[in-house]
Amino acid sequence: MTATDTEPVLVEDTLRSALSTRVRPARPSALSTSLSFAWRAMLKIKHVPMQLFDVTAFPIMFVLLYTYLFGGALAGSPRDYLQRLLPGILVMTVSWITMYTGQSLNQDIGKGVFDRFRSLPIWRPAVLVGMLLADAVRYTIAAVVVIGVGVALGFRPQGGPVGVVLAVALLLVFSFSLSWVWTALGLKLPTPDAVMQTSMTVLFPLTFASDVFVDPDTMPGWVQAFVEVNPVTHLASAARGLMHGTLEAGHVGWVLLWSAGLVAVFAPLTMRLYNAER
Amino acid sequence: MSSAGPGRPTDVTAPLAIETAGLRKVFGDTRAVDGVDLRVPPGTVFGILGPNGAGKTTFIRMLATLIPPSGGSARVLGHDVVTEPDAVRASVSLTGQFASVDEELSGRENLVLIGRLVGLPRAEAAERAAELLEAFGLTDAGDKLVKDYSGGMRRRLDIAASIVVTPHLLFLDEPTTGLDPRSRNQVWEIVRVLVAEGTTVLLTTQYLDEADQLADRIAIIDHGRVIAEGTSSELKALVGAGSLHVRLGVADQRDDAERILTELLDEPVALAGDPTALSVRASDPERAGDALSALARAGVVVTEFALGQPSLDEVFLQLTGRPADDTAPTEEVA
Repeated sequence: MTATDTEPVLVEDTLRSALSTRVRPARPSALSTSLSFAWRAMLKIKHVPMQLFDVTAFPIMFVLLYTYLFGGALAGSPRDYLQRLLPGILVMTVSWITMYTGQSLNQDIGKGVFDRFRSLPIWRPAVLVGMLLADAVRYTIAAVVVIGVGVALGFRPQGGPVGVVLAVALLLVFSFSLSWVWTALGLKLPTPDAVMQTSMTVLFPLTFASDVFVDPDTMPGWVQAFVEVNPVTHLASAARGLMHGTLEAGHVGWVLLWSAGLVAVFAPLTMRLYNAER
Repeated sequence: MSSAGPGRPTDVTAPLAIETAGLRKVFGDTRAVDGVDLRVPPGTVFGILGPNGAGKTTFIRMLATLIPPSGGSARVLGHDVVTEPDAVRASVSLTGQFASVDEELSGRENLVLIGRLVGLPRAEAAERAAELLEAFGLTDAGDKLVKDYSGGMRRRLDIAASIVVTPHLLFLDEPTTGLDPRSRNQVWEIVRVLVAEGTTVLLTTQYLDEADQLADRIAIIDHGRVIAEGTSSELKALVGAGSLHVRLGVADQRDDAERILTELLDEPVALAGDPTALSVRASDPERAGDALSALARAGVVVTEFALGQPSLDEVFLQLTGRPADDTAPTEEVA
């Protein structure tokens, strides 16, 4: 049944008494405001659960495809390949999913409700921070799916649950930071399609030109040079190290450095674009 | 002001709700708002009347701190919109032209979200949402998604969201555009109650009768400039009561009708594109009646007549077509 508008609606007395509260409560903290916006994003998922398709079906497809396509050729058997591939494919999948942040922001921002948000006396970045916090929930779901499928196919992390959890935590930090790139694009570019295309142009080299699929030793020198500085390489290496208990701390350092750098550049840029008039 | 000692019973220093001086906004080559001076006393309803693209929304967006002015100054409840935006935001609410509510959430969730954002604790935000849903007749629809709401329900929710904390000043940007008459009356009713409880309202509208119904004072704007300002009766006196529209049974008689009407009403007669229609300004209903009788006596067959309030078009024609009006935009010559 659709909502109808028939019965006598306004109860003037209740309206009058509803108007009596003129005292404004204390301004909420930045954290509380961000969490309110995260709650808003979670409610949207609750109302349209199909939105979770990209963080469930997509990862399953990735793991199955790459394991069985490349496994035999590259490592002798899919199961052997999976031990190396899975941490990398986890990084790749979640990095790809961050792209949707920019698209949905681009769709969202044109709506009238953003005028209301912008006319409230609140910590302004909260709108975006909240959105990204809710995205972290989506990334976590994707990570659980990837690891779950991996374990079902024979992935056995030597670093145990602690290693796996730490790897996912590092991945979430990087994804949160990378998302600021997409929020900036989402605000700058005119349509969701434009955001999508630009994001893919960035993500293809970023994820494929890494050590996710193969050891970079066989690549030409200039590709290797890119692979070495690529944050996805460091993140994939760090994730493998944490999951298998063979961590080289340098990779974690690089990931954190990249994350800090991305936030330092793209968060202020995003806020400038957000505050700019439309 | 300087002689008023502290603690005097009447607060003569209470700031104006809105005070603008030479306020301008330029987008590229377009001067959307082109030097507006307005003073709106607190506790009143101020109407801004103008056609689409006159600059009404841009004016409100500047006052609500959504966009910075290109020039001039604006103070809202004593706070400068450029240097003290948070102080302004803390005492105003905005109801935008396109409902400022979240379509993908339920009505209740919308109100709880705003409650949380203005700083209410969780339980109080929920309580306040329920109270507002009740007051706006939305309790039954409270848990439905807003995208399934009718236009009138959406508008009411929008206004409810604006008064989660009752603002000192409420901006209503074309609150009834696109609503059916019934929903329109409901919105008017809400505005009247709000004002009775002490909120100042700045209302934009394209409808003369809406401004007439609600506003204490009205500014008519065109091409970003105020071309007239006053109470509704002042403006009407400026424009005249309206027009007598007559439709004839036979087109051949239009010349006769034109002659008789011109004679009796002392005003030029406008001939419409329809060869059986003509209209004439008539400030006095009685004289309009006499003119109709005269037509009947002369054997002119009148199939339809109407004595209308001046429409916004007529107000504009009158205001911008008058040579003495030095603000008349040149574009109107065509």
